[in-house]
Amino acid sequence: MKRPIATAIAIAIGLIVLLGYFIPLPILTSVRIELVQWAIILSGVAVLVGVINLFSVHLKKIREKEKGAVYSLFLIAALLLTFILGIILGPDHSTMQLMFESVVIPVEASLMAMLAMTLIYASIRLLRRRSDLMTVVFLITVLLVLLGTAPLPFGPLPIVGDLIRPFIAQVLAAAGARGILLGVALGTLTTGLRIVFGADRPYGGR
Amino acid sequence: MNLTAIAGIVLVVLAAALMLVFSLVKRKVPPVFRDIPAFSRLRRAIGLAVEDGTRLHFSFGHSSLIVPRSASAFAALGMLRKVAEQTSVSDRPPVVTAGDAALTILAQDTLHSAYRSAAAEGLYDPNAARLTGLTPFSYAAGAIPIMRDEDVSANILMGNFGVEVAFLTDTSERETSFTMAATDSLPAQAIIYATAQEPLIGEELYAAGAYVDAGPSHTASLQVQDILRWLIVAAVLSGVMLKLLGF
Repeated sequence: MKRPIATAIAIAIGLIVLLGYFIPLPILTSVRIELVQWAIILSGVAVLVGVINLFSVHLKKIREKEKGAVYSLFLIAALLLTFILGIILGPDHSTMQLMFESVVIPVEASLMAMLAMTLIYASIRLLRRRSDLMTVVFLITVLLVLLGTAPLPFGPLPIVGDLIRPFIAQVLAAAGARGILLGVALGTLTTGLRIVFGADRPYGGR
Repeated sequence: MNLTAIAGIVLVVLAAALMLVFSLVKRKVPPVFRDIPAFSRLRRAIGLAVEDGTRLHFSFGHSSLIVPRSASAFAALGMLRKVAEQTSVSDRPPVVTAGDAALTILAQDTLHSAYRSAAAEGLYDPNAARLTGLTPFSYAAGAIPIMRDEDVSANILMGNFGVEVAFLTDTSERETSFTMAATDSLPAQAIIYATAQEPLIGEELYAAGAYVDAGPSHTASLQVQDILRWLIVAAVLSGVMLKLLGF
């Protein structure tokens, strides 16, 4: 009995929000905004549930002495410390800001730097893994755009910098990107409709 | 109501009507889709994982459910449901990682209903779907140890990713695991094209359900996408012709 009710509520809310986007009736718009705000509040609650999930997964790793359990220990210690300090001091406190700026930002920045190396390495391996015409076209395009964009010591390369790179970026890439985005938009539309009409029920249904 | 809203509602109603028709009408001959090698290789990888007793890893990216980009995650959930049913005979159930808490809860629910419908509810472990981080890089950093240490033989990366997807595809390659990757983000598509073993481009992500036989609604939605694509092609070409004729 629980599942058909959940499905009916989900379908009704989906339809109201969808209609609220298109039909400018004040009552429909205000109901839509209210429902979206509820969704935002529920997302906040879901974060708490997600953090409990993260906690329990890593606690299990420590208890069962799995590989990398020491990292799980660090994670749990950092999570608890941040959580307790966040509750006591509040998220805007200077200590919380300092923790964020001296831990999270540098770690993410170093991962970004590692990403550049990972991508260079992946490009080198690409020809070995998939040596077809499209791969060659892909790599030549990457090279031309890099040569046309990079700040070279002797200034921008003639033709490549002022002709080829803009043509690739503004004509070929823009046309391709629009084509891909149209396909993505159609996929998004049909996936959304499947959810709204209850054909796909990722919320405990079919 | 402005012209954009009218066009939008017409498109939605047309798509809904076509989906309803294609879902309900029984075809004598099943629809034939173009061959996408990634899906046949995925089927093989699933079979091998079940035989070897290794795990499949689903990575759903970090899209929030309250933004339009969540559709890619919903498409991935449809695929997870089907694959979880198919692998319910295995000793090692799939593991799911997500960078959004609500998406993690939906993944847990999807796994639970898949095992329930396969009469294997005992296999369900709430910790099989995990939140690994709330920012793109922390999500990737949390998913990498799972790909490396939990006996994963195939990685299915589907959802909204950013450039951090390169870390996931790179780890998969280092572990010599099968990787199928699909995303709705353009920069990430360029990266998966260069780094993933089996990249899916553009709308192929949304075709996944139809290719793994997730149900008539998935097949119908693929047919509707094809019809709407032709309508858009006709509209673009008509616009070009009218422009050339000076209108």
